[in-house]
Amino acid sequence: MFSNLLSLVIWVPIIAGVLVLATGDDRRAPLARWIALAGSALGFAASLPLFTAFDTLNGGMQFVEFAPWISALNINYHLGVDGLSMLFVVLNSFITMLVVIAGWQVIEQRVAQYMAAFLVMSGLINGAFAALDAILFYVFFEAMLIPMYLIIGVWGGPRRVYASIKFFLYTLLGSLLMLVALIWLYFAAGKSFSIEAFQDIAQIPLTVQILLFIAFFMSFAVKVPMWPVHTWLPDAHVEAPTGGSMVLAAITLKIGAYGFLRFVLPIVPDAARELAPIVVALSLVAVVYIGLVALVQTDMKKLVAYSSISHMGFVTLGLFLFTGSELNVWAVEGAIVQMVSHGFVSAAMFFCIGVMYDRVHSRNIADYGGVANRMPIFAAFMVLFAMANSGLPATSGFVGEFMVIMGALQVNFWVAALASLTLIFGAAYTLWMVKRTIFGEVANHHVDELTDVNKREFLVLAVLAIAVLGMGLYPQMFVDKMHLAVNDLIAHVAQSKL
Amino acid sequence: MNWADLNLMPALPELFLLGALSFILVFDLFVPDEKRGVTYVLSLLTVALCAVLQVATFEPFAVTTFSGMFVDDPVADIIKVAMYGATAATLVYSRQYVADNGMFRGEYFTLSLFALLGMNVMVSSANFVTLYIGLELLSLALYALIALKRDSAAGTEAAMKYFVLGALASGMLLYGMSMVYGATGSLDIHVIATGISRPETNIVLLVFGLVFLVAGLAFKLGAVPFHMWVPDVYQGAPLAVTLMLGAAPKLAAFVFVIRILAQGLGELAAQWQGMLVLIAALSMLIGNLAAVAQTNIRRMLAYSTISHMGFLLLGVLAGNEQGYASAMFYALTYVLMSLAAFGVLLALSRAGFECDKVDDLKGLNARSSWYAFLMLLVMFSMAGIPPLAGFYAKFAVLRAVVDLPVLDFGFFAGSPVYLAVFAVLMSLVGAFYYLRVVKVMYFDGSQTDAPIVVRGDMKLLLSVNALALLVIGLLPERLVELCIDAMRQSLASF
Repeated sequence: MFSNLLSLVIWVPIIAGVLVLATGDDRRAPLARWIALAGSALGFAASLPLFTAFDTLNGGMQFVEFAPWISALNINYHLGVDGLSMLFVVLNSFITMLVVIAGWQVIEQRVAQYMAAFLVMSGLINGAFAALDAILFYVFFEAMLIPMYLIIGVWGGPRRVYASIKFFLYTLLGSLLMLVALIWLYFAAGKSFSIEAFQDIAQIPLTVQILLFIAFFMSFAVKVPMWPVHTWLPDAHVEAPTGGSMVLAAITLKIGAYGFLRFVLPIVPDAARELAPIVVALSLVAVVYIGLVALVQTDMKKLVAYSSISHMGFVTLGLFLFTGSELNVWAVEGAIVQMVSHGFVSAAMFFCIGVMYDRVHSRNIADYGGVANRMPIFAAFMVLFAMANSGLPATSGFVGEFMVIMGALQVNFWVAALASLTLIFGAAYTLWMVKRTIFGEVANHHVDELTDVNKREFLVLAVLAIAVLGMGLYPQMFVDKMHLAVNDLIAHVAQSKL
Repeated sequence: MNWADLNLMPALPELFLLGALSFILVFDLFVPDEKRGVTYVLSLLTVALCAVLQVATFEPFAVTTFSGMFVDDPVADIIKVAMYGATAATLVYSRQYVADNGMFRGEYFTLSLFALLGMNVMVSSANFVTLYIGLELLSLALYALIALKRDSAAGTEAAMKYFVLGALASGMLLYGMSMVYGATGSLDIHVIATGISRPETNIVLLVFGLVFLVAGLAFKLGAVPFHMWVPDVYQGAPLAVTLMLGAAPKLAAFVFVIRILAQGLGELAAQWQGMLVLIAALSMLIGNLAAVAQTNIRRMLAYSTISHMGFLLLGVLAGNEQGYASAMFYALTYVLMSLAAFGVLLALSRAGFECDKVDDLKGLNARSSWYAFLMLLVMFSMAGIPPLAGFYAKFAVLRAVVDLPVLDFGFFAGSPVYLAVFAVLMSLVGAFYYLRVVKVMYFDGSQTDAPIVVRGDMKLLLSVNALALLVIGLLPERLVELCIDAMRQSLASF
């Protein structure tokens, strides 16, 4: 029954995207919207069994599919998910559906192209998470750039051209170096592009490992993004349409962190260990310094964008906490939980800002004030997500951060102390923004004319709120899924390849 | 030569092409201007029949004829079929354009077919003399085609430049060939290949000849430092002829390189690899950097061609079957991309207006989302973004390069991985200007709302052409294997 599930999760949205594109111009926009919704809903439905039928007692790959693709080069259509990747496939299918709903009325021009870009993108992202062949991964990973480039460039804000080209070239730089690394590994692994074969290469000299690490790191660090290669993100976020920001923050950033889990740590464990202090330092800079940068933003989207970088700093921090040659299990699991949680929370934050932007057409904090007086339902949701963003217990944001800090404490007190500053900064910048926009007196006539959320917006907000609370109250449901895979990963990383 | 033993079968398509085009040449004299469409249809029919004959006479091994002057091997077959396709596409795409520009005359078709014949002879030659004859037949036809629009100053200038520099390159080739002849005592590629390893062969003389040969080849490919003609000719020639120049001749030039360097002088690989490294690296560097600064899309595509030829030579310089096969794949996909790119430009040109500037594509998505989409595919394919064909071309070449043992050319010694890293960094530069084209099409507003009128057959073929990039990108297996098998069989029969 589940034999082709992953293929379905990848190709249903892509085919739906092609169908949406075929509806043509904006006269048939309603049809395009409905096909897009149907396609994304089907994709999400196909992804659900991945979660429910996932065997938590099996640390290996599940739902595996294998077919030769380019046999002359030994490239295979090899799919499968384990505890590290399964959650993201589901998360992505889920967010895609919300993005389609979020853009329902807001996008009025080139609706078909907009919806198609998101659907195709969703399929490609699922492919990147599910690929077990390095070239297959690379194809999905890179192809993603095309729809994202168009999404930012066509439907974005005033500086969209600059932002989209910057986004594209930044990410391309990293991935091209990774391509060379993959080809090198292909020969080292006895002419195989299988990621498992890469991981099982018995010996790689340290200097080569470090070069490979740099190639992978360039690619994934840009995607995460880590300080100091984060500068494309605020531009891209600010200029992207709401849906674009949601997908960028919720999903595409995770691919970078996923790359560390799938490629960097298991393939070059010794280089990862050698260079871990640098990665930890960069992550702490992201957590602390970018947190401070977020504090001074006047643009809400930029603020949430910087907050994303800061939160992703937590993720990379969690992934590189070594004691001796052992990774810290709390920190790794915390990082993955943080990734999923950030997927919900950042999508929700960007959606909230989108709701306000659609009404007032401004992202400036100064243009708001007292929104709660006119939009009480919306304000309740926004405050909830802001709490989650600042890591309040009982929301999903708390779990990941807590676990990473716990892990850090076991490794190094000062790292943990610095990392926990995020709880202060996160609360400061998020709540201060909420105070200035949501609470207080009605600031101006724009705010005075606001109407509360409609059914469509309510639906998106409610679904996200359930996810955020659910994950905060019962994180075990998610942690169970990943536990064995994380243990395997840690055992693998502990084996030196020198 | 014993005429009774002469096997004409391997050269059947060429003989048919010669006969048909001679017929068209004479027949066209009696066709009144308003019925010129007949010549067009006849030319297309000729090309189609050639393709049929080529496929019908296919043999999975090399067959020589004309006393070993002419060879028909799998590489030649595949490349020829691709050249027929490219020529047919050129004729279909340019039909409206040549009619609008007063070039819809018999000469246009016969010269195109002569160029095709020249390329066929080049591709199938097993002897320096046939190689040279084919090359000159191609070049002379192209010189005339570039200058076909008699009252165009730019066209005449381009033809002049191409002619003078082309003659110089031909001279260098001949000079190189004569030295190789002096060293090995033969013009036959087979004999040269075996002659090199003989102890009495004068290697110094051979290497000296090799330098001239490589220079001539680089000129024909348009690789740095012999690239100066490319941007000027691409820009000055009538758009229809630029389309022709950028497609099939690149395939012929590729086989030219394989015949001379791989088959003839394969033993000297250590020598020519060093030269090709320089040429390839400089082509990628200068081609990509110069393309960034162009506002004229034809010049931009010209510089992009230079960089693509650099990448292709990277595959050749691997000096093994895998490398040659990857270069062949690169050449085939490049021709598909080039045809589609110029095809879109031709579709956008209309009487009195040539789509010339990058800015002429502004807002294309609003005017016609289909053509914008096709051009988007081409641009991302040229940039090497998966899942488009251009990615696998680059990937196959990089794979061949990384597989090489440690390189040592005196001026550059080290792991071939550095070469691969350099190549991908240059691709990054390239991505910038391809992105700019997508940017003007999708992000900018339109400057004109003139309707895009395109003949149905062209629209269909252009769509197939550009979508082929996506299909090959998704399922590259067949073409990759075709290239590898053909290259293996052709090299094995040597």
